[in-house]
Amino acid sequence: MTPKVGVLALQGDFREHLAVLTGLGADAVPVRRARELDQVQGLVIPGGESTVMDKLSRAFGLREPLQERIVDGMPVYGTCAGLIMLSDRVLDALPDQRTLGGLDVTVRRNAFGNQLDSFETDLDVAVLGAPPVHAAFIRAPIVEEVGPAASVVAALGDGRVVAVQQGNLLGTSFHPEITGETRFHEHFLRLL
Amino acid sequence: MTDTLTPSTASGSADSAGPGTGTARVKRGLAEMLKGGVIMDVVTVEQAKIAEDAGAVAVMALERVPADIRAQGGVARMSDPDLIAGIVDAVSIPVMAKARIGHFVEAQVLQHLGVDYIDESEVLSPADYVNHIDKWRFTAPFVCGATNLGEALRRITEGAAMIRSKGEAGTGDVSEATKHIRTIKGQINALKAKTPDELYVAAKELQAPYELVAEVARLGALPVVLFTAGGVATPADAAMMMQLGADGVFVGSGIFKSGDPAKRAAAIVKATTFFDDPAEIANASRGLGEAMVGINVADVPAPHRLADRGW
Repeated sequence: MTPKVGVLALQGDFREHLAVLTGLGADAVPVRRARELDQVQGLVIPGGESTVMDKLSRAFGLREPLQERIVDGMPVYGTCAGLIMLSDRVLDALPDQRTLGGLDVTVRRNAFGNQLDSFETDLDVAVLGAPPVHAAFIRAPIVEEVGPAASVVAALGDGRVVAVQQGNLLGTSFHPEITGETRFHEHFLRLL
Repeated sequence: MTDTLTPSTASGSADSAGPGTGTARVKRGLAEMLKGGVIMDVVTVEQAKIAEDAGAVAVMALERVPADIRAQGGVARMSDPDLIAGIVDAVSIPVMAKARIGHFVEAQVLQHLGVDYIDESEVLSPADYVNHIDKWRFTAPFVCGATNLGEALRRITEGAAMIRSKGEAGTGDVSEATKHIRTIKGQINALKAKTPDELYVAAKELQAPYELVAEVARLGALPVVLFTAGGVATPADAAMMMQLGADGVFVGSGIFKSGDPAKRAAAIVKATTFFDDPAEIANASRGLGEAMVGINVADVPAPHRLADRGW
């Protein structure tokens, strides 16, 4: 049976994720409400602004259901802002900003600087094998500290960590959904 | 995402960072991340913080909101660098700032100040009535206004990484925003229905490059993100723009010219996310206090209509 997966659609590039997942044969639907979350077996949290996703998830009663599903072991893949939402600790966040948590990591928002420092590059990712991943970093976060429960999936040449996994939770600083890269989504779908 | 038009890479700037920066993909990519969001005009650090706290996805830093530019008249220019730098320092979300149409040196200054997006904007007085800025030469991405598809495609040809339909800024009258987003969407739909041999004459009529016209026909959409702007003042206005097919909305004077800016800003953010849900739009619209007073576009004499600037 085709797995039903959701993409958090409060704000951001959720259409790109829906297109990648649909292309891989998944039954992918946008999720903005708790009742829509109940229908899916896995979730992607897209790129966007983590401050906005935080506020809207709280305003519309989605924060607690999301946290419950994460604790229950639902597979979740977060890109960029999605990685921030999944991280237990955030640096350079707004004073009242909260994350959903789940990944035992510390991330820094906008770690590369402003948009002038946004870039694209090729990245070797051992679990995906060859060829390298073409990765777009857009006002991206980096993982500054990886706790004992999480493991590094990919790092830049200088050692800065940009992809992590902990059980059913996967996070990348970059956006495979806008470079035609589908292997991270395939990896996520295999967690279902 | 395809990058069919990249005649030059960003090279005209000493501000360029490392390799792989300033590509069409990362310029257009930032706009992709803003989708479903609200970009708010702010004129002070305090307003920028209110906007960020209310859930703005980015702020537009400027000295006067369009309603005041309209009321005060005179030549409107790029804002004071101190103001822009102060806002860049104060918020963690992307900061945009406006340069005059064709004023490539104002754009160089804005890039140097580290803004995340430059708006080559008809809200300011044009600096060149013939040429727009060659936006490919910059590392910073540009957003430009358009009233129709041909205008949008000409701006993309010049390197714009994001388009906003113009509307009529500073009026609080949404009718021109409606007209422009409907026009652009309608012309895209018309292209989709054309046979390949009809696209050549379509390109001629749109006064846009054939390759770009063919790409729009194939995608059924612009190759860049399309926001809408100019007259949005209420949650229902924002939701209407989203239902008409906008990827997100700019709100200029509508927030900080209203009675309770923080509340109205948060309400417009909610209505933009739940644009197709009348119950949520109704909830967001309750008890917001006074909307901006506004002026009807029909009462604005033609020489004072901002949307006519740019071509």
